[in-house]
Amino acid sequence: MSVQANAPRLSSQERARRRYLTDRAIVNLFIWPTLILLIAINLFPLFYSLYLGFTDYSAIARQVPVWVGFKNFSDILNDQQMWKYFATTGKYALASVGLQTLLGFALAMLVREKFRGSGLLTTLILIPMMISPVVVGLFWKLMYNPTFGFFNYLLGFTNPSTGPDMLASRFAGKVVPNLALWAVVLVDVWMWSPFVMLLVLSGLKAIPDYLYEAAAIDRASSWFQFWRITLPQVAPLLLIAVLFRTIEAFKAFDLVMGMTGGGPGDQTELIAVNLYRQAFLGQWRTGRASALAYIVLIIIIAVSNLYIRYLNKMRGES
Amino acid sequence: MATFYETGPGYPVTESIRVDRVSPTARRIHAVRAFVVLVFAIITLIPVFVMGITAFKSRADVVSVPPKIIFKPTLEGFVFLFTERAVVSKVRLPEFQKKAEAGELSLFERIALNTGQEITGPSDYVDRLKNSLIIAGISTILSVGLGLFAAYAFSRFPIGGKDDLLFFILSTRMLPPVVVTIPLFLMYRQLGLHDSHLGMILLYTVFNLSLSVWLLKGFIDEIPIEYEEAALVDGYTRFQAFYKIVLPQAVTGIAATTVFCLIFAWNEYAFALMLTSDDARTAPPSIATMLGRGGIEWSAIAAGSLGFLIPVVIVTFALRNYLLRGVTFGAIRR
Repeated sequence: MSVQANAPRLSSQERARRRYLTDRAIVNLFIWPTLILLIAINLFPLFYSLYLGFTDYSAIARQVPVWVGFKNFSDILNDQQMWKYFATTGKYALASVGLQTLLGFALAMLVREKFRGSGLLTTLILIPMMISPVVVGLFWKLMYNPTFGFFNYLLGFTNPSTGPDMLASRFAGKVVPNLALWAVVLVDVWMWSPFVMLLVLSGLKAIPDYLYEAAAIDRASSWFQFWRITLPQVAPLLLIAVLFRTIEAFKAFDLVMGMTGGGPGDQTELIAVNLYRQAFLGQWRTGRASALAYIVLIIIIAVSNLYIRYLNKMRGES
Repeated sequence: MATFYETGPGYPVTESIRVDRVSPTARRIHAVRAFVVLVFAIITLIPVFVMGITAFKSRADVVSVPPKIIFKPTLEGFVFLFTERAVVSKVRLPEFQKKAEAGELSLFERIALNTGQEITGPSDYVDRLKNSLIIAGISTILSVGLGLFAAYAFSRFPIGGKDDLLFFILSTRMLPPVVVTIPLFLMYRQLGLHDSHLGMILLYTVFNLSLSVWLLKGFIDEIPIEYEEAALVDGYTRFQAFYKIVLPQAVTGIAATTVFCLIFAWNEYAFALMLTSDDARTAPPSIATMLGRGGIEWSAIAAGSLGFLIPVVIVTFALRNYLLRGVTFGAIRR
């Protein structure tokens, strides 16, 4: 280090004083701008929307928010329609996170040991998750097109009248419920399996070799090695991947908006999409939407807590 | 090949080879595995490839049944994306053709003429793209700058309730965007920030701050604290130590963080859809609304998507070693 050459000369006392003062000042100077911005743009709106959740208010009506207590919350919880959207979101989360976990895990096991070109292939697989979800939605809308889309063509359905129309939930003209939802799940899996792969891979790489060597000396089968060494060792990271993806599934918005806009009918109306519809379209039910947003937030927090508790338990055991 | 595995008294032991990894079965499994991954990668890239070729298809080729893989490439999609056009009436058509023959028309005008249209001006998309660049660019600089200071403070100083503060910063990223958008919408309307560049820049700055603080903290944690201590002993002030010792060491981390913030701001859709309408609207919501207008110009949408794709592909390759950190907000390293 050429530090000594141009360092300013100071008496030791002055130096100590200056460093002590600047340390404190620097901490404040360095941290507060960030915190103030976060408080202004995140924390304050969070409390404001909690308040709005207890009011009857529409952002486009010329009226002040009227306090209505828990009415919005009870309305939402008594609304059959809303339960249906929650169920759709749950189905979507379960299917997409489940498939992503399986596929991501399998992929990670496959690319775990290097082969020629494995680095390049792994990077190529990672591309989808970096693309804007709304653009991905549009991509796949074109792919799924029943007459000129590549999806049907590559699956061998060359005649549109006998093939599936994924986004309209039809197969050869007949209605197949939930086909559109599966179409969205498929795209989500396409986009985010690499994410699970990436996390699991980093977990796999951290497993010390001596565990396997010891198992090999004991002539443990590879099946046994997988269940007793590999799986428990990567479980924490796998769980984090699942946690991240579950949270994202409840926030899922861009992809669905790009692809189906909630349709056909309300088959792909996920809770986040409905939230947007209530808040910014039609009647602009700001109060009710805020209450709904809080319900979603509470669900997300509850789910994360469950996962984190399980994660801590697992860490405590091993 | 065989010589590679020959061992025995006559050969020096250069490396240990596990028998279970070089047996014929293991090698066959290895080959199968490579093949499966290759197939998966190809399947993964099909939609990307389709979007890429669709951008260069003519209107007729896009909707051909069955879909074409071999076709005559044209820049129609890009012309449709970037320009507003009007149909040329039959009376004026010869006049235009004469101009084209004389070489007075630009490339875009000639392509438009092939579809029987003339260019009347740039499309909205050009403005949207400009907005995207301005908002993503400035917000990235701000969030990396602020994040760098905060990350340094969190990394080097004892701060009361540090873990709670860091968790608070990370948790802001977990909120569904709509929860904060409704009050922000009202707030921005009061302050006159709705549909303004400043409003979006502020929002994206905060949106990316959690990412940049966590990522940069990870990178700074890895720089040995001894370097700074040595500098401090030599009479540097804290601030000098920060920008003369830490910053140069953290350049790679800063670069990676910058690109991640840029990509996130560049791709963002939900906030832009809800908080902008025209002046500050960015490209992602405008590509999406292109669907709604008249006949669907798939080649234009594909061209717009391709423009989004290329930077992402480059970034993925440039950042492949940091991707894990980036997509988990720096919470996971290794």
